[in-house]
Amino acid sequence: MENIKLTIDNKQVEVPAGTTILEAAKKINIHIPTLCYMSLNDMHIENKPGGCRVCVVEVEGRRNLAPSCATQVTEGMVVKTNTVRVLNARSTVVELILSDHPADCLICAKNGNCELQTLAQDLGIRKITYQGEQSTYREDTSPSIIRDVDKCVMCRRCEMMCNEVQTVGALSAINRGFNSVVATAFEQNLEKSTCTYCGQCVAVCPTGALTEVDHTRQLIRDLADPNKVVVVQTAPAVRAALGEEFGNAPGTLVTGKMAAALRRLGFDYVFDTDFAADLTIMEEGTELLGRLNRFLAGDKDVALPILTSCCPAWVNFFEHSFPEMRDIPSTARSPQQMFGAIAKTYFAEKIGVHRKKLIVVSIMPCLAKKYECQREEFATDGDPDVNYSLSTRELAHLIKQSNIDFNHLPDEDFDNPLGESTGAGVIFGTTGGVIEAATRTAYEIQTGKTLKKVDFEELRGLEGIRSATIDFDGTPINIGIAHGLGNARKLLESIKDGSNKFHAIEIMACPGGCIGGGGQPFHHGDSSILKARQKAIYTEDEMKTLRKSHENPYIIKLYEEFLGKPLSEKAHQLLHTHYFDKSKKEIFID
Amino acid sequence: MAKITSLNDLRKIKDDLQEKIRLRENAESPDSLAQIKVGMATSGIASGAKEVFNFLVEELQKRNISAVVTQTGDMGYSYAEPTIEVTLPGQPPVVFGWVNITKADEIIEKYIRNGELVEGIIPANYKTIDE
Amino acid sequence: MATYKYHLLVCGGTGCKASNSEGIITALNRTIEEKGLENDVKTVTTGCFGFCEKGPIVKILPDNTFYTQVKPDDAKEIIEEHIIKGRKVTRLLYTDPETKKHVSDSKHMGFYQKQIRIALRNCGFLDPENIEESISRDAYQALGKALTEMNPQQVIDEIKKSGLRGRGGGGFPTGLKWEIAAKNQADQKYVVCNADEGDPGAFMDRSILEGDPHSVLEAMAICGYTMGANKGLIYIRAEYPLAIKRLKIAIKQAQEYGLLGHNIMGTGFDFDIEMRYGAGAFVCGEETALIHSMEGERGEPTFKPPFPAQSGYKGKPTNVNNVETFANVPVILLKGAEWFSSIGTEKSKGTKVFALAGKINNVGLIEVPMGTTLREVIFEIGGGIKDGKKFKAVQTGGPSGGCLTEKHLDTPIDFDNLLAAGSMMGSGGMIVMDEDDCMVAMAKFFLDFTVEESCGKCTPCRVGNKRLYEILDKITKGEGTLEDLDNLRNLSYVIKDTALCGLGQTSPNPVLATLDNFYDEYIAHVVDKKCPAGACKDLMNYYVIEENCVGCTACARACPVNCISGERKMPHHIDQTACIKCGTCMEKCKFNAIEIK
Repeated sequence: MENIKLTIDNKQVEVPAGTTILEAAKKINIHIPTLCYMSLNDMHIENKPGGCRVCVVEVEGRRNLAPSCATQVTEGMVVKTNTVRVLNARSTVVELILSDHPADCLICAKNGNCELQTLAQDLGIRKITYQGEQSTYREDTSPSIIRDVDKCVMCRRCEMMCNEVQTVGALSAINRGFNSVVATAFEQNLEKSTCTYCGQCVAVCPTGALTEVDHTRQLIRDLADPNKVVVVQTAPAVRAALGEEFGNAPGTLVTGKMAAALRRLGFDYVFDTDFAADLTIMEEGTELLGRLNRFLAGDKDVALPILTSCCPAWVNFFEHSFPEMRDIPSTARSPQQMFGAIAKTYFAEKIGVHRKKLIVVSIMPCLAKKYECQREEFATDGDPDVNYSLSTRELAHLIKQSNIDFNHLPDEDFDNPLGESTGAGVIFGTTGGVIEAATRTAYEIQTGKTLKKVDFEELRGLEGIRSATIDFDGTPINIGIAHGLGNARKLLESIKDGSNKFHAIEIMACPGGCIGGGGQPFHHGDSSILKARQKAIYTEDEMKTLRKSHENPYIIKLYEEFLGKPLSEKAHQLLHTHYFDKSKKEIFID
Repeated sequence: MAKITSLNDLRKIKDDLQEKIRLRENAESPDSLAQIKVGMATSGIASGAKEVFNFLVEELQKRNISAVVTQTGDMGYSYAEPTIEVTLPGQPPVVFGWVNITKADEIIEKYIRNGELVEGIIPANYKTIDE
Repeated sequence: MATYKYHLLVCGGTGCKASNSEGIITALNRTIEEKGLENDVKTVTTGCFGFCEKGPIVKILPDNTFYTQVKPDDAKEIIEEHIIKGRKVTRLLYTDPETKKHVSDSKHMGFYQKQIRIALRNCGFLDPENIEESISRDAYQALGKALTEMNPQQVIDEIKKSGLRGRGGGGFPTGLKWEIAAKNQADQKYVVCNADEGDPGAFMDRSILEGDPHSVLEAMAICGYTMGANKGLIYIRAEYPLAIKRLKIAIKQAQEYGLLGHNIMGTGFDFDIEMRYGAGAFVCGEETALIHSMEGERGEPTFKPPFPAQSGYKGKPTNVNNVETFANVPVILLKGAEWFSSIGTEKSKGTKVFALAGKINNVGLIEVPMGTTLREVIFEIGGGIKDGKKFKAVQTGGPSGGCLTEKHLDTPIDFDNLLAAGSMMGSGGMIVMDEDDCMVAMAKFFLDFTVEESCGKCTPCRVGNKRLYEILDKITKGEGTLEDLDNLRNLSYVIKDTALCGLGQTSPNPVLATLDNFYDEYIAHVVDKKCPAGACKDLMNYYVIEENCVGCTACARACPVNCISGERKMPHHIDQTACIKCGTCMEKCKFNAIEIK
């Protein structure tokens, strides 16, 4: 691969052939502004329509300006990124975008965190010369995601994520020209489409066109209500990212401060979803071993592989697209839901509060969790096990609104009995973590031996589809892992066509796992942030004394006092579920 | 229709089809062909110009002589009907009068084929009929 | 075998069809049968003759009588008078507007005299639905020659030598394009014919496809041979049902005769052609958008490089050429590159087909050698401006082009000269404008089109063109300012400089060309709030000419907003504040007492 020498803004740079002007410029610290372009290169995710025309630059010998994100360098190329011609063109392009954009920054969910706002600021736009008609479209609110397409800049990132990465295909550009818009099939509401609420579209949207449903107001009201006992659970991925919203470097673990902040916000009890994660391992691990042993004994009808089921977007995905396979996933509920079920029964009893007065709130890196709380099967007499879910971003906003100086908080612990967790519970937050946690427990229960090493590096990493064979004391167990629904689809297809060799598969809908969830602080296309968060998760796991779910004393106590044993009738009732056929056979156009 | 299996095949078929299209081809580039105009006014028709016309068309084709045969209006020589005007490539037009089948045959063989003038020429003092 | 004495060629192009040329054929055939002339007289439906203003056309051969504006009812007279009695039907003959004399042979008509029909060589000559007629006119001979006597590089060299440049508007040297496509190696390559022809008013490609489809099919096969492709795709707009029908018939017949498909003419070369249909998107005439449309994706262009020759349809090397470009190929191989390059100018060889439209006497399809001047085209071939009005401008290149004015009339037409004059050749649309046409309204018309047709992918075209249109609309409504004129210019330059594809890069051309050549008209609209041409209704007012008004009250009674007042037999008066400028009063007035100014 030959190297190419070129000049950018009078500075020389040498890059391999195939590099774009944008990348070459970055190498010498020239940051050409972009809008539609986005790349999570290590994860093979790239959005490059070359459509916004913000990143245009002058190339000597070329008649018109070139889009630097989409133009490959050539030997001896002379590029200018900041001539008057380029600056004028760039500002005009941004002015044009602004001329077709609602001017309500002050009350927009992305105020202060909007890529268009930043552009306008950086380019010093003070006037919108070309004013005229604004394209407009109805607002669409679903359980998790709000579409306010008036703010869409047609960057096509959401379309790319939904179609190419997630292969869900709920969003696509429709119409032509000024009236073109990204919408659903037959322009139905998102709720009626095949949307899984994975929230990856929200995670990459540069403006306020796609945002999450905000539950902060609801929470403030409940916290202020003296008649309610408000309980919070926090997901593992939150503690590895929350700090970023307060200026900390990506990957700063803020578990203690997070617990302290939640207490100061006024929650009556500050618990940890990681506890429920350990519980999930107990149930799912037992289920896994049950099926596995039947299989090893020669049972041909047993449903293998077993698929993890803690990710609600993933559950939606197979209910929509592979409903014929809904007997294969584990029947175990997600940690969020298991927590809610236990909180509103076991814990409610303990503190003598009726479940209707108990508000269970979760802090999640995820937007699908907002939808999951509302699933009918997760409620008793109309009272949901988990009342609602807030994203990491909403929590950060609430902390700021409440005048809490996050960075100067002391480190505090979670409350008990639902706050203690092992390292296995923490690693749920990253791709590979759930199955590693399950392996730690399953191995010891199955073989009766103690693990010498609890770290299964072969299950870790960021590759979209991974596999490993774990030696269960002579019995090889094949594990498959996928993150991103497109990769999940590939594994499901392999199960369908019979080529599958795995006994157990872990699936997470979001690239990177929950650390890359739709509710996390925006990464703006920087995959090093995801890597740092992943490292933090494994660090917290290493720092824990207890690292296997079945060793969690509070879990042991829960079974002794309340559940009996894994897969008991009570456990089935509270902690397990079944799935539905949601494939779209008819479309109602209203 | 059997498939054409070689370029020679194609060429042969083209040649076979030439007849069908010749009339149009000739009309396209008349200046390189003999032009024959047959006067077909009422007086011409009355004196048998139609038969002469048909004869000329068929015989010229049979004898493989490329020519364009057309009808025209009154040439003004009612006394000499049927009249035909023959213009050979590069030559001034010549009007022949009293043309019957026999004369037409002679005109074809002598004048059109060989350029030999025959009897019955009406002196021309006008340019060719241009319509 | 019957020797026909007469061939009656009836134009079967879409234009004449719309005026019932099919009815003419039926009537002719019926009369021929009645008179027992089936063995003597043959009717042939051909492609477009080009003289659309005077259609439907019927041409009698061998005497080359050119009948115009024929109706089915005329059929009987044509047979009885012309065929049987030898007397031309003079009332159907073309009358030269200057000499006022009848002209029966098209070779003597001002419309045809300066034309050289190469791409249109068979249109108006043969029946496109009968492959034998095409074969008798050398169809597939060039392919045979290429396959048996030349190697691919030799064919490419011949095309390069001829100087043939793309006729779709780009003007890229065709031989070079084929050479680049030939160089790229892949397991599958494609030849694509761009028959999307989206320019409003353009019908050059349509006429070629309707009148001589085999020329295109043959050329695609030749192209396939040179680049190593054995699959051809024709992307044709769905709005051309007749061309689609003729192409389908032609492909089927060519396959039956072994001239397309497997082992063509026994040479071992395979080439087959499929049709793909557009769905009403002008932008799909852009080659990358066209390719994506064929792939079943949204018809949006993607940035180049990579060029289709490298990575096109399904990621494979693909060569895309325009219909007219292809139509020239077989005749170049048969008659030689030297012959072709002897026609035209130094840098633009051969001929170009133009669709002449607008305020011109001879509306229709013409083909002239490059180098013919605009003056010759408009005033000799086109017969001058309709109704004796004054020539103002001619628009070339459709929505991508500019306008040429009085001072450009002696410009020899070729790719580079038109560009230098501030316009472009485009695909061949030529719209002539006279003193009654408003240049601002013309720019607005084209922007209206491009705003509608923009795909929406890139900001400058999606939003920028819309803003250009809005400013032009304001100006034609009398709400424009001088600042708007500066904004028009600046925005136009940025759009041209930053748009992703040819549509956006050229859509501001009508604006810039009219600003450059007719600035005074813009000033009149903006400063005086007047439209000098009298075309922008919002700037015109309706007035009663008191001297002519007899007070019949017809206008007052017809006015939908009751804004005309006056007593019987007294001059009336229009209330300007209430007038909605519908023009009804002017229509009703029998005394020429209402004027617009």
